[in-house]
Amino acid sequence: MMLVFRSILSKSKATSTGLLLRATIANNSYHSFSRCYSQHNFSFSEPRAPSRAESRVPTSRSFCTSSERDSIEYDVVIVGAGPAGLSAAIRLKQMCRERNADLSVCVLEKGAEVGAHILSGNVFEPRALNELIPQWKEQEAPITTPVSSDKFWFLTKGRAISLPSPFNNKGNYVISLSQLIRWMGAKAEELGVEIYPGFAASEILFDANNKVIGIGTNDMGISKDGSKKENFQRGVEIKGRITLLAEGCRGSLSEKIMKKYNLREKGGAEHQTYALGIKEVWEIDEEKHQPGAVIHTLGWPLDHKTYGGSFLYHMKDNLVSIGLVVALNYQNPFMSPYEEFQKLKHHPAIKPILEGGTVIQYGARTLNEGGFQSIPYPVFPGGAIIGCSAGFMNVPKIKGTHTAMKSGMLAAEVTFSALNEGVDMDTYWDALRNSWIWEELRKSRNYRPAFEYGLIPGLALSGLEHYIFKGRHSFTLKHGKPDHEATNAAQLHSPIHYPKADGVLSFDVPTSLHRSNTNHEHDQPPHLRLRDPKIPEVLNLPVYAAPESRYCPARVYEYVADEHNQMKLQINAQNCLHCKACDIKDPKQNIEWTVPEGGGGPGYSVM
Amino acid sequence: MTMKIMVAIKRVVDYAVKIRVNPDKTGVVTQNVKMSMNPFCEIALEEALRIRESGSASEVVAVTIGPSHSVDTLRTGLAMGADRGIHVDYSASLYPLSVAKILTKLVQIENPGLLILGKQAIDDDCNQTGQMIAGLLNWPQGTFASKVVLDKEKQVATVDREVADGIETVCLNLPAVITTDLRLNQPRYATLPNIMKAKSKPIKKFTPEELNVEIKSDLEIVQVTEPPKRKAGVVVSSVDELIDKLKHEANVI
Repeated sequence: MMLVFRSILSKSKATSTGLLLRATIANNSYHSFSRCYSQHNFSFSEPRAPSRAESRVPTSRSFCTSSERDSIEYDVVIVGAGPAGLSAAIRLKQMCRERNADLSVCVLEKGAEVGAHILSGNVFEPRALNELIPQWKEQEAPITTPVSSDKFWFLTKGRAISLPSPFNNKGNYVISLSQLIRWMGAKAEELGVEIYPGFAASEILFDANNKVIGIGTNDMGISKDGSKKENFQRGVEIKGRITLLAEGCRGSLSEKIMKKYNLREKGGAEHQTYALGIKEVWEIDEEKHQPGAVIHTLGWPLDHKTYGGSFLYHMKDNLVSIGLVVALNYQNPFMSPYEEFQKLKHHPAIKPILEGGTVIQYGARTLNEGGFQSIPYPVFPGGAIIGCSAGFMNVPKIKGTHTAMKSGMLAAEVTFSALNEGVDMDTYWDALRNSWIWEELRKSRNYRPAFEYGLIPGLALSGLEHYIFKGRHSFTLKHGKPDHEATNAAQLHSPIHYPKADGVLSFDVPTSLHRSNTNHEHDQPPHLRLRDPKIPEVLNLPVYAAPESRYCPARVYEYVADEHNQMKLQINAQNCLHCKACDIKDPKQNIEWTVPEGGGGPGYSVM
Repeated sequence: MTMKIMVAIKRVVDYAVKIRVNPDKTGVVTQNVKMSMNPFCEIALEEALRIRESGSASEVVAVTIGPSHSVDTLRTGLAMGADRGIHVDYSASLYPLSVAKILTKLVQIENPGLLILGKQAIDDDCNQTGQMIAGLLNWPQGTFASKVVLDKEKQVATVDREVADGIETVCLNLPAVITTDLRLNQPRYATLPNIMKAKSKPIKKFTPEELNVEIKSDLEIVQVTEPPKRKAGVVVSSVDELIDKLKHEANVI
């Protein structure tokens, strides 16, 4: 009996063959199924009289079928069930209770479960959570491992030189953010928030005045060639009086909105810069495990032109998180962040910790490094961008969760006032600038840009910043080139020979990918779209030696010889970890990350 | 003719999850692991929904046996289109015979004309429950179904079964038990509006005690281990070397 699951991949080691599918690019990369941007005139329901919000089923919803799609209305629609999105949802419902009002809140999440796409270091600063849910400890939040030690090493190939730790992690906890988000999701649902995992917001809905009125979810059940399958389901329109975009770093809808409304110029912001974080969670020997131990490293294996570093955090239950963060403005197109991470694990100071352990999960995600200089104007007609989609990460602290949460809470407060008192959403900008987010990010604004001058100058400036200036000067350093422009032509560098994976400490990509529990319905149009299908073979490969085949931590991009022995780009969209590195780093910005069918992507549970 | 269809569904570890054995070697780690409806159960539910939509049945009842979280899986079934759900609350391990006994009792309460199940669950791969229920109820069974055609007037189900030599077609007088195989259909997605509507569909709760079923097993899981790591293959340079290896290393000749 031949087993061919409708969307199953073989569970065996042959995941690489199961996952590598010749995807159709060129003509089919632009969807051939019909999708309509709603251009109709919509009138909004009258503001509802405040009623006691008691039942968990919201009272304010209407079903209507307009032309092709079902349309469901809410007061607030939030895209993304992450720290920012859930904090906003929880805060909204809290305010409803406090002020005896009633707002229907819907959170859409493209992951199959809340927390499935959440990946972070994470040393958690509970500042925002203390404001949001002060009783988090009594309510059994999965925050149980306080930081017990804080080490900072400068690595050379063979040594680890201890440096004074620039971090002050007193009062912080080592957590799994995926776990925390699951807990927050449950809290949100208790308050009456409707959370729908497995549904991807793929388009923004506008009214005739170019105001955002909600989002549309993906059509499901479309075959790779664009035709409708047996189980085709039209997407739905989720309309909101206010729409909050909380998609995380380089959110696909957020990027479109920022372009459309020129939000960077409006906020006087520079471009955003990014880093790619690749992480594994290991279960190690009990004797080696020190709950709450925090280690950060700089230096090897990255060279002094490449900003980045590694982290190793001990969680509970003999689990450790280990990862490497590489700034995406690296110059050498032959560098592979994934392989550098594998090298790192062999360092004589790191290897003993991991030896004897097993990898539980693997994943990768990009993060913001632009800091203060890159914060766009976050408000657009009909909503706002919150969390890492806007970019509130404190880069020298390497923490963004607390600021993302706070940005969500502030947005919720402004949204509540906007819906119930007619306050302008633009006051969100003021709220941000008056909050501790602003103060914190302003103080730390010059650390990362200083590294444009190299590792040693950067470290020296960081030292000055940390001990003397503390951000109190008037100048603000600028970022370098945007990440995608920073890649040098391949002829300026030589290929890097990376050691082969040993299968014990280091692994090949298919093995790691298997551990991310990544899965997509394979028979769907590839969600990675090439704006110009010729560019990979005409530019990426000859000029830059195909950097996408190296920076993608999921081996989505491969160059394979076709029948005429010409190298052609093959996009294994099914492998995608939704990290967005390709959307950021492609030299001509030719790769557009769009959202695949909801429910696909990684399945993180302890990341 | 108001025929009811009962579909049994199971909450299992999601098929895309990389599982690992727990430290005491008694099973697989299920904590913090994504759970979903068993894929074969989805196919069973889809078939039931199609039969109802064709007019041959009036109601689809989804049943699950398991801990309180199983209600989530039941809600997914309701979102796909089942009319109501039954949850038998039991948190410890279940074996096919116990499940069959519980379902038998439920069948006697609900009196469906058709009981559809997945052929097996992807966690234990037992492939026993459907067959056992048919035995307990003394109903005809069509297992490994790849096609089901219902004749409402004659009250007969014609089932194409996937067997080792090909396809075998059986005619079953209703009421009957059918277990579904992969190629029967492609299950529908649960749409967002349906998920919202499913929240208000009724789910009835039972316990095994209320159904007078004692859950005990004649089976005891002794140990669960990962399969041994595959050793790397070796390329041999001649037939003589192959024979030598087969004789002295593999000890098979």
